[in-house]
Amino acid sequence: MSKTLLRNDWVVMALFTAAVLSMPLWLAPIGAGYPDLLQKFAIFGLFAIGYNILFGLTGYLSFGHAVFLGVGSYTAVWSFKLLTMNVLPAVLFSVLMGGLFAVIIGYLSLRRSGIYFSILTLAFAQMSYNMAYSVLTPITNGETGLQLAKSDPRVIDALFIEAGEGLPSTDLFGMQMSGYPGFYFCAVLLIIGFFISLRIFRSPFGLKLLAIKSNQTRMLYTGFNTRPYLLTAFVISGMYAGLAGALMAVTDPLAGAERMQWTASGEVVLMTILGGVGTLIGPLLGVGVIKYFENIFSALNVDTLHQIFSFLPDWLENVVVWISSHFVGEGWHLTLGLLFMVIVIFLPGGLMEGFQRIGSALRNLFKRSEAVAAQPSEKE
Amino acid sequence: MSDKKVSELSRRGFIKVGAGALAAASMPMFFIKDAWVAKDFRNNPKGAASVKFGFNVPQTGAYADEGADELRAYKLAVKHINGDGDGGMMNTMKPLSLKGNGILGKKLEYVTGDTQTKSDAARGSAKRMIEKDGVLMVTGGSSSGVAIAVQGLCQEMGIIFMAGLTHSNDTTGKDKRRYGFRHFFNAYMSGAALGPVLKKEMGTNRKAYHLTADYTWGWTQEESIKNTTEALGWTTVETVRTPVGAGDFSQYITPVLNSGADVLILNHYGKDMINSLTQAIQFGLKDKMVDGIQFEIVVPLFSRLMAQGAGDAIKGILGTTNWNWSLQDEGSKAFVKSFGQEYGFPPSMAAHTCYVQALLYADACERAGSFYPPEVIKQLEDYDFDGMGNGPTLYRGADHQCFKDVLVVRGNANPSSQFDLLKVEQVVPSAQVTYDPKIFGGELGPYEV
Repeated sequence: MSKTLLRNDWVVMALFTAAVLSMPLWLAPIGAGYPDLLQKFAIFGLFAIGYNILFGLTGYLSFGHAVFLGVGSYTAVWSFKLLTMNVLPAVLFSVLMGGLFAVIIGYLSLRRSGIYFSILTLAFAQMSYNMAYSVLTPITNGETGLQLAKSDPRVIDALFIEAGEGLPSTDLFGMQMSGYPGFYFCAVLLIIGFFISLRIFRSPFGLKLLAIKSNQTRMLYTGFNTRPYLLTAFVISGMYAGLAGALMAVTDPLAGAERMQWTASGEVVLMTILGGVGTLIGPLLGVGVIKYFENIFSALNVDTLHQIFSFLPDWLENVVVWISSHFVGEGWHLTLGLLFMVIVIFLPGGLMEGFQRIGSALRNLFKRSEAVAAQPSEKE
Repeated sequence: MSDKKVSELSRRGFIKVGAGALAAASMPMFFIKDAWVAKDFRNNPKGAASVKFGFNVPQTGAYADEGADELRAYKLAVKHINGDGDGGMMNTMKPLSLKGNGILGKKLEYVTGDTQTKSDAARGSAKRMIEKDGVLMVTGGSSSGVAIAVQGLCQEMGIIFMAGLTHSNDTTGKDKRRYGFRHFFNAYMSGAALGPVLKKEMGTNRKAYHLTADYTWGWTQEESIKNTTEALGWTTVETVRTPVGAGDFSQYITPVLNSGADVLILNHYGKDMINSLTQAIQFGLKDKMVDGIQFEIVVPLFSRLMAQGAGDAIKGILGTTNWNWSLQDEGSKAFVKSFGQEYGFPPSMAAHTCYVQALLYADACERAGSFYPPEVIKQLEDYDFDGMGNGPTLYRGADHQCFKDVLVVRGNANPSSQFDLLKVEQVVPSAQVTYDPKIFGGELGPYEV
């Protein structure tokens, strides 16, 4: 397809929608077509898209975005416990709570920029994590994590339906939110989230954010007060994270403090960088790679490797299995680390840069062969 | 804003792909399998020649050592159930229905996963095993938080969870589940077993100071030990919570010196316990005299892997453990022998409990004559067995907790090898550690999900 066509947002959206909704089909051959991983792709996709609005557009590197993820999850589970198992109020409240926390943390952290901003957000995140882990145990249930109980009030549900024998499950007007329906729910929200992000990227607001990234001083000289723009971007990305947190609770009604740990904040930074900072699709690719490694590579063991390489002669098979076994199972972090190093060193723009290079190389090849075919070389 | 729209869209998308899935003839097996499941139970093996277990253990993070040992034990269990190797505890377990040809004639296979000692990662990994790999049972773990989280998931999914190392009262107390089973002992039983020994060793007029890991397990253990010691007539000077993974405990240990307490109780596990104990000894607590009484340190939950980490500091320290490789009953000897032959060193208590759990589940399926979870659960509930290392054991139906002898151990002053670190001081009979299931509350939930 031609490049001009891709410039049309509606074409991009149509392609994106088709790709997301058909994920169970095209991810099945590589072993990733099962509901839980698909849900994670969509949920962390939302998280990374939102993060990219802050980091990709303004260049402000937040190291504490997991706070909003955690807050979203806790809010959603409390909504399930107190109000109803319907997912819509949970999602709504979580987005609002994520936004509220983002206003507070953003207001305080955005007084500084660069590394100081990163450290401030990291400090807030670590503080929230430790509080959720111990002091706030009545609200968060500490290390065990907040879970549903049969004795929860569920005020709204109690008005309409009789409580069943076991724990209730999350639903959307009667449709259960686990398995594939849960994935499609997340996927629809991902598509909406992607659309909003696309509009932001193309809007004057997005342009101003980009201007902050390229030269904030110049921006200030021209008479713009950058703080409100930064805070808006921070809050929007916080709301995305809150939404992602809510969806985690929707597909699996449990919220634990480790969702707020600095490793979780670091993960979204890695995802964004791996895929390509500031690109629309990049963060999603990063999510795909990291979650695939975490879920599929970590599950390979020596026996499965023997099966995979069984086509090789025995001695070679043993050698290959011996070598590769260090990179799967508990070694999946190693593989991911190597991949990350390779990308940062050779493709600073992430996977997206890689695709662009391949694309332009192919085009060049194409052009040259065309030029050879039609001898009188023309320059456009 | 667009409530209706969302619901329509996702439903439409669902139907769309449902139709697509039907049309595509080359779909991988697990899609089709999912379609069958609705009729009977999840991951029903039907005519398949093999069945799968999911071994969900920490392979990275603070408990990776325990996780690695658990995985070794599981692999050994699979071998023995399939009739390979020397059979291990299959030779000593009584009663035994397994025939050494897999389970109900189906060969046993397994998949592994990394819990990272995080509830989310553990649940994700368990979900992968259930949804993608089609496992019949999930087992493993080395943390109570993870055990409770995975147990909740398994209840929802209708897959049985056989907990690995988890010591919190909550696992079979307020958070118990119909589909979750624990062979390991708990904090309450540690307290009940330690009580008489503490009375004999240290008398009834002691002043205790607690340092407690600040999370669920630490709290339940602190509570249990406090109740036991106060019943003996001890007073509790202070209970101090320390953050998990603190590393440096000196700021918590200094106040102990001047508190007037004469016993320090360390409710820590893993690396925390190694650090706090080592530092307490560096501060000279062990040689201290308070009003003419010798100062003592107690570590309620002990394991050999931790003892290895703490080195000399562990000598003479009292604690409890679920099992130790030096036990001389037939079951323990058989297990230590086959584990030693396979890996060249003795198993830890985490390895033991995991091995036993795998065998117990397999045997329950064989007895039930089916893999249908409610039937298997009924076979496990109130089941009496013997020959698995802890004497006669009861899997209590009311809370899915095993009741068996608990070992009170002491750090060995003169170890004969690098593994001979714990000396069994006393085997406390199970009657002494049995309690009423009602004291912790909680509800098991339904058989059918």
